[in-house]
Amino acid sequence: MTVVTATVTEIDELRVSDVTVTFESNRATVTAIEGLSAVFPAGSFTSLLGPSGCGKSTLLRVISDLIQPTEGTVNLFGQSPREARTTRKIGFVFQDATLLPWRNVLDNILLPLQVGGGGSITDHADPHELLKLVGLEGRELAFPHELSGGMRQRVAIARALICKPKILLMDEPFGALDEITRDHLNGELLRIWRTTRTTIVFVTHSIAEAAFLSEQVILLAANPGRVQEVVTIDLPQPRELSIRDSMKFTNVAAHLRRVLEVC
Amino acid sequence: MAVISPVATRQAEPSRKRRRGGHRLVPIAGIVVLVIVAQILTTAFSIPVYIFPAPSDVVGAMISNYPLVLTHMWPTIFEAVMGFLLGNSVAILLAVTFMYWRSAERMVMPMAIIAHTIPVVAIAPVLVIMMGSGFTSKIAVAALVCFFPTLVNMVKGLRSADRQSIELMQVLSASKTETLTNIRAYACLPFLFSALKIAAGSAFIGAIIAEWIGSQQGLGYLIIQTTYSYDTPLLYVVMLAASVLSISLFSVVATAERLIVRWKPAEDS
Ligand SMILES: Nc1ncnc2c1ncn2[C@@H]1O[C@H](COP(=O)(O)OP(=O)(O)OP(=O)(O)O)[C@@H](O)[C@H]1O
Ligand SMILES: [Mg+2]
Repeated sequence: MTVVTATVTEIDELRVSDVTVTFESNRATVTAIEGLSAVFPAGSFTSLLGPSGCGKSTLLRVISDLIQPTEGTVNLFGQSPREARTTRKIGFVFQDATLLPWRNVLDNILLPLQVGGGGSITDHADPHELLKLVGLEGRELAFPHELSGGMRQRVAIARALICKPKILLMDEPFGALDEITRDHLNGELLRIWRTTRTTIVFVTHSIAEAAFLSEQVILLAANPGRVQEVVTIDLPQPRELSIRDSMKFTNVAAHLRRVLEVC
Repeated sequence: MAVISPVATRQAEPSRKRRRGGHRLVPIAGIVVLVIVAQILTTAFSIPVYIFPAPSDVVGAMISNYPLVLTHMWPTIFEAVMGFLLGNSVAILLAVTFMYWRSAERMVMPMAIIAHTIPVVAIAPVLVIMMGSGFTSKIAVAALVCFFPTLVNMVKGLRSADRQSIELMQVLSASKTETLTNIRAYACLPFLFSALKIAAGSAFIGAIIAEWIGSQQGLGYLIIQTTYSYDTPLLYVVMLAASVLSISLFSVVATAERLIVRWKPAEDS
């Protein structure tokens, strides 16, 4: 049973309200994010786009309870970040796959069920089904060093999905991959999103990636990090890679670029 | 037109293999040449046996003193291996303790560093006086020389886990112990094994030096005896025996590493 504290209201979305994050060091005080509010509806795909240092990673770290905001609140479907983290409602995919090299693919995917009280989670996905979903059927016993960068990132996605999270946070997950692999995984990610109906928050530096994947793009400005504009991408769903050659896509991307220029 | 010929690359394969096989023979050839040169020089210039024995003299001493050397090898093996196990175990346990208890590290590390700056030859007599001339003092000296490098490497190794996997464990609400057993314990293994390989040699150095100070048996005792009686060929035999022992323990550690640390892609060594 989940404990619902009085301070967190029941909502069916991820809501970030007036969040400010300041880092204090003995040399300086850095305001990474200032008064940031955003809404991520259930089952939506949102990208965070903005210049380097505008607080995209910091925001994901606040949502996943890795750091506490200096001010403001985060409400994840009626739970606080702490509750959402401990009940495994959050899946996290980093820029590097961060697989444990001493574990094979299957054991890497099962890690969330083996630590931090994950053993008590009964409603989890079948790891073999997940591997099929990410296109790595039959590679259960392979070790990370035997896989390509793209394949490793697929395993990381499967690991993030094993506890059937309500929210999948992805911090430049394909940033280290070559363009061909990246395009391919973008298509795959949309398919995974449609299958799992997870709410996805996706950090990227690529305008094309944000425009292709998202239902909404939150453009952030730097110094301090704040919302510049929220753009709804009304391209038809389901999207194929070829949509990027259309006039409509070009217009969307051009608009995002124009907003980014003033960030 | 740039045409990449698959034939050319295939032809390159066997020659590369042959060259790698050749690499393995080079050190052996070096030793053979050295022995031959030593034999020729000692005979040609008729160097006295007690100053520099010819390789043939050493072989002769080996054959005639074979049982004697063997008798004196066992105590040294016992002391070195026990010291190796003891010193490294304490170092490993201490490094793990530091992960839970930072102030223990700040308390113990300076002492360990000071103890490490004292030369073994200076600390061995102290321990022999303290613990007597039995096995205990030898094991203690061997343990002491193994201890410090392993401690430093273990502390470094446990901290070497990359930041992102630690963050992953935080997202998964893992406890300190879970992070230790699932991440740090593995991340530290390459560091631990490089320390253990150093310790394999130092354990024998420690045991032999302790035997110099006060002992009636062991390779260290035999070294002192042969030096004072100018039995130089036998001294060389003892030297070789000590070297073989160190190499054996080193090989055991290296084999263990190869069997345990299997996730690293094979590196050319
Ligand atoms: N632990 C920390 N201590 C101090 N300052 C920090 C810390 N983490 C982030 N910052 C600062 O906060 C700001 C935002 O950092 P953040 O990593 O969130 O940016 P980002 O948008 O993810 O950038 P990038 O696109 O380069 O990944 C930066 O100015 C950074 O220097
Ligand atoms: Mg970042």
